Amino acid sequence: MQVLTTDIIVVGGGGAGLRAAIAAAQIRPDARISLLSKVYPMRSHTVAAEGGAAAVTLAEDSLDAHFQDTVAGSDWLADQLVVEHFVKAAYQELVQLEHWGCPWSRKADGSVQVRRFGGMKTERTWFAADKTGFHILHTLFQTSMKSPAIRRLDEFFVLDLLVSEQQVLGVLALQLNSGELFQILAPKVILATGGAGRLFHYNTNGGIVTGDGMALAYRHGVALRDMEFVQYHPTGLPGSGILITEAARGEGGILLNKDGYRYLQDYGLGPETPLGQPQNKYMELGPRDKLSQAFWQQQQAGLTADYQGHAVVYLDLRHLGAQKLAERLPFICELSRSYVNIDPVQQPIPIRPAVHYTMGGILTELHGETRISGLYAVGECASVGLHGANRLGSNSLTELLVFGKAAGEHAAQSLPPMPRSHSTAATEQARTQQRRLASLFGGKQQQSIASLRKAMTLAMEQGCGIYRDEQGMQQCRTTLVSLQQQLADLKVSDHSKVFNAELIQYLELSFGLDVALTLCESALARTESRGAHQRLDPGMTRRNDQDFLQHTLAYRAADGSVALRYQPVRITSLPPAARVYGAAAKQGA
Amino acid sequence: MEKTLIIQRYNPEQDQAPSAKRYQVPFDHSTSVLDALLYIQQQLDPTLAFRWSCRMAICGSCGVMVNKIPKLGCKTFLRDYPAELTISALDHFPIEKDLISDMAVFLDHLQAVKPYLINDSNSAEPHRQTPAQLKKYQKFSSCINCGLCYAACPQFGLNPEFLGPAAIVTAQRYNLDSRDQGKAQRMPQLNGKNGVWACTFVGFCADVCPKQLDPAAAVNQGKVASATDMLISIFKP
Repeated sequence: MQVLTTDIIVVGGGGAGLRAAIAAAQIRPDARISLLSKVYPMRSHTVAAEGGAAAVTLAEDSLDAHFQDTVAGSDWLADQLVVEHFVKAAYQELVQLEHWGCPWSRKADGSVQVRRFGGMKTERTWFAADKTGFHILHTLFQTSMKSPAIRRLDEFFVLDLLVSEQQVLGVLALQLNSGELFQILAPKVILATGGAGRLFHYNTNGGIVTGDGMALAYRHGVALRDMEFVQYHPTGLPGSGILITEAARGEGGILLNKDGYRYLQDYGLGPETPLGQPQNKYMELGPRDKLSQAFWQQQQAGLTADYQGHAVVYLDLRHLGAQKLAERLPFICELSRSYVNIDPVQQPIPIRPAVHYTMGGILTELHGETRISGLYAVGECASVGLHGANRLGSNSLTELLVFGKAAGEHAAQSLPPMPRSHSTAATEQARTQQRRLASLFGGKQQQSIASLRKAMTLAMEQGCGIYRDEQGMQQCRTTLVSLQQQLADLKVSDHSKVFNAELIQYLELSFGLDVALTLCESALARTESRGAHQRLDPGMTRRNDQDFLQHTLAYRAADGSVALRYQPVRITSLPPAARVYGAAAKQGA
Repeated sequence: MEKTLIIQRYNPEQDQAPSAKRYQVPFDHSTSVLDALLYIQQQLDPTLAFRWSCRMAICGSCGVMVNKIPKLGCKTFLRDYPAELTISALDHFPIEKDLISDMAVFLDHLQAVKPYLINDSNSAEPHRQTPAQLKKYQKFSSCINCGLCYAACPQFGLNPEFLGPAAIVTAQRYNLDSRDQGKAQRMPQLNGKNGVWACTFVGFCADVCPKQLDPAAAVNQGKVASATDMLISIFKP
């Protein structure tokens, strides 16, 4: 086992990890910042974000309006102090990216263009055509190359955090191209490992989005907060789940059922807005949870169409015309032509909801630190408190920047003068993990890891989907517990060291099952409906502020089961109110 | 319906050289090469190693040779091929295992061209950049770093020190950006013996680019810029 010593380890090379690394390097150019990722950084899933990043930009907009949209969008489960900080810091972060070269789309006069997004009162979403995440990721990755302080460790898979007496000591990682173990010591570890969308069968996420970082922290006693809140994006392609951006609706796309009817008007989002005149917070520009729930209702009513065995509705962009589509939504046109063989200029695109985003994650303070000293979490793997029960589209790209920077700066500012080059506790822990790893290998197996993984994703889809009930979730929990046992009994049959895909999938599934169980248990215990967590059981179909205006905290109990606790929601200025969109919002205002 | 994938397998811990292995894979109209590889890994042989993630042609992970042509596995469909097709790791990079090649040399070349905006402005507001100015470099900013152009480039095959198409595209992307002031810092690399002049304008890179970026055009624009630069340096005292 090799031992490396460094100052700051960033785990994950997506938007949050890169932003954190750059921020740390700016404050401490003399420090050694190790950017470690299980892939090359530019493969990270930030790359697939399409629509844009939110910040108050126009004169008629206000920080207060962005705050209110975010808090209402969260169904009052966001931490209002965090939201206040976020909306204030957002604009300067997008300007910073502009200064680093991000090719933001522009107006004729050369100023930055903003577009409409779901659940937002005013246009405030900065975008780079319909590949915003791609451009943010590459801008950050390329900018990180400027800094000699940032040293990449590409294709390193973290097996465990090294922790002693509530102080992080580093990580234990496997170098994929050699199979060598590395004990990497550092007084600061920033987890930026992304979400856990791959726990579900239909999802918009890349194959790498397996919840690793969440499980790493959870196994060391850090709480996973609000895990029951999983966002279904209303417009994924059938089968693959490939994302069709919300910006398609922001630009004026409409949703139709099998009869060509704009069904959203039947679910509190109407009245119907005229074709080509999208209106903020109405109809197709309602929030994601409401739109995905409306799809489910249509499916129950037999009003969805069939596309190769998948229930679908249609996203119609034809009225936008070929030129606007080519200019504003070129990637959407490319995806639609490649993956469902449909030209959006000519035909509506069949779409259905697919799991997109995990609102919950590793519990952190405002600056990203967890209850373990020196351990931070940022981005989708974290729960800093921004999204509550439902995330608004275009808040998460900005989140990566605002909180990535905060964590990177805090870690760099609080570096101890002399990081240790040896730790007995770390070495002991690393040796234990090394033995555990060796014990995973065995002969040819009856079951495959792929079949267990599929059983997990189907169980999650059935038990913890858009609408949930007690029985379905109980069944899901039973399946997950059984799968954990089956995985523990299973051996890895491939004994090779170099790029052992079977081993990595074993480890990812082991992480994923831990995270899935926290999700299912958190959902079972929340006997109300709020945001993305909707229950069908009698008496639980409405929001219940009396009992559940609180965050769920899932801890790992000594026996490996999930122990739940609750934490009050911080409310600074916006008391809970009815969450309404469309004409109903206007009446209320 | 089934097709046969003939896959170059190579495990550096056991094999002297890659060897071909055949797999029968079911397919329909929508089955991509990536789907077929995942089917093999999940159903037939869990030891098959390849890279992938987004499956929507944006992360750039899944480049492989399909019938000796560099392709993204996720954007290449079995329906477009006869009953048998061969899959191997990208040409011109060292093979690490099966379909995984070592991309480190590409990242070194990318880093060498200073792929970031060089501009010392301290304004708290964004630069102005008109849609026409954006358009000048926009296409070249769409490179997904998949490496297909390196696998297609005969020059890179002969000389791995050649910066290669994607790195030159990225250098041009910044050189053409109205906000950038770093061209002079990039020109020594572009002008050097492993820069634009090493390109013999075969143009295969442009054929295989999954984002139709036309790296060959970037290289040629680089030659023009480079020539202008040289002229200026001749006449400058």
